[in-house]
Amino acid sequence: MAKIVVDEERCKGCELCIPVCPKHIIVMSENFNKKGYHSAKQINPEECTGCAFCAMTCPDVAIEVFK
Amino acid sequence: MKKVFERPKSLTKDPFTYCPGCHHGIAHRLVAEALDDFGVREKTIGVCPVGCSVFAYVFFDCDMICAAHGRAPAVATGIKKSKPDSIVFTYQGDGDLASIGTAEIVHAANRGENITVIFINNAIYGMTGGQMAPTTLVGQVTQTSPYGRDPKTMGYPIKVAEMLSTLKGVAYISRVALSKPAYILKAKKAIKKAFQTQVEGKGFSLVEVLSTCPTNWGLSPIEANKWLEENMIPYFPLGEFKTPEEVS
Repeated sequence: MAKIVVDEERCKGCELCIPVCPKHIIVMSENFNKKGYHSAKQINPEECTGCAFCAMTCPDVAIEVFK
Repeated sequence: MKKVFERPKSLTKDPFTYCPGCHHGIAHRLVAEALDDFGVREKTIGVCPVGCSVFAYVFFDCDMICAAHGRAPAVATGIKKSKPDSIVFTYQGDGDLASIGTAEIVHAANRGENITVIFINNAIYGMTGGQMAPTTLVGQVTQTSPYGRDPKTMGYPIKVAEMLSTLKGVAYISRVALSKPAYILKAKKAIKKAFQTQVEGKGFSLVEVLSTCPTNWGLSPIEANKWLEENMIPYFPLGEFKTPEEVS
């Protein structure tokens, strides 16, 4: 079991976390955050392996990984 | 569940002011993690450049000074001489280090100052709006090279890591990129090694970090990563150019 927690207000919607996820379970939210960006969110958390590639790639250090 | 990845303690809680997808944030995190790993945050003094990362003093949770454009290695030299027990690093972009600050970086390296330099190379002037930098690639279109950089009149991009690795005073030099997780892991190791070089008192260390500037390159962050891998890495090869063992 693993999961990621995205700090929606920190996210700037650059989408760099999406292609690096080996399970393809990160998508952009349809909602806007306070800055006006679509933030990243995880779908199907049961598939998450906790590899932390998304967190490593995030330029805003907006992702925490739990395992 | 245990937290396996979190914001390093050497970063403040303030959100970065950089554009979406800018690699400055990743580089900041790697530096902060290195400070955490060595437990030297309380005695670290960083020197900010002029450029987008001038606000680094807001983001690093250690003592910071902002130097005049390009003069960070000179200021860092002064700090290290007056407080030899402190850990001193500079964080500079290519306009700062490779253009206006060329004299300062070359002589700080040549003197073998025991400081660490993080050099962000994004092949363009970021903050001022995308002008040609000394590291701009041949043929690259910028605000001041609208037909592409022509080496006949504008010269060739400077390879800072290679140039400085010829100096005897230099202990550690490497070039890394941040465009994919494999490169980021290598960059983390290199930045750690650079700080280790300083902690062990072995001399001057520099890590050149190839990074993107999606805004001024006119690309999306994902396209910018691809552009970096296809265009910058062939000209600026990654790897270690000098390691401390070679210092005699």
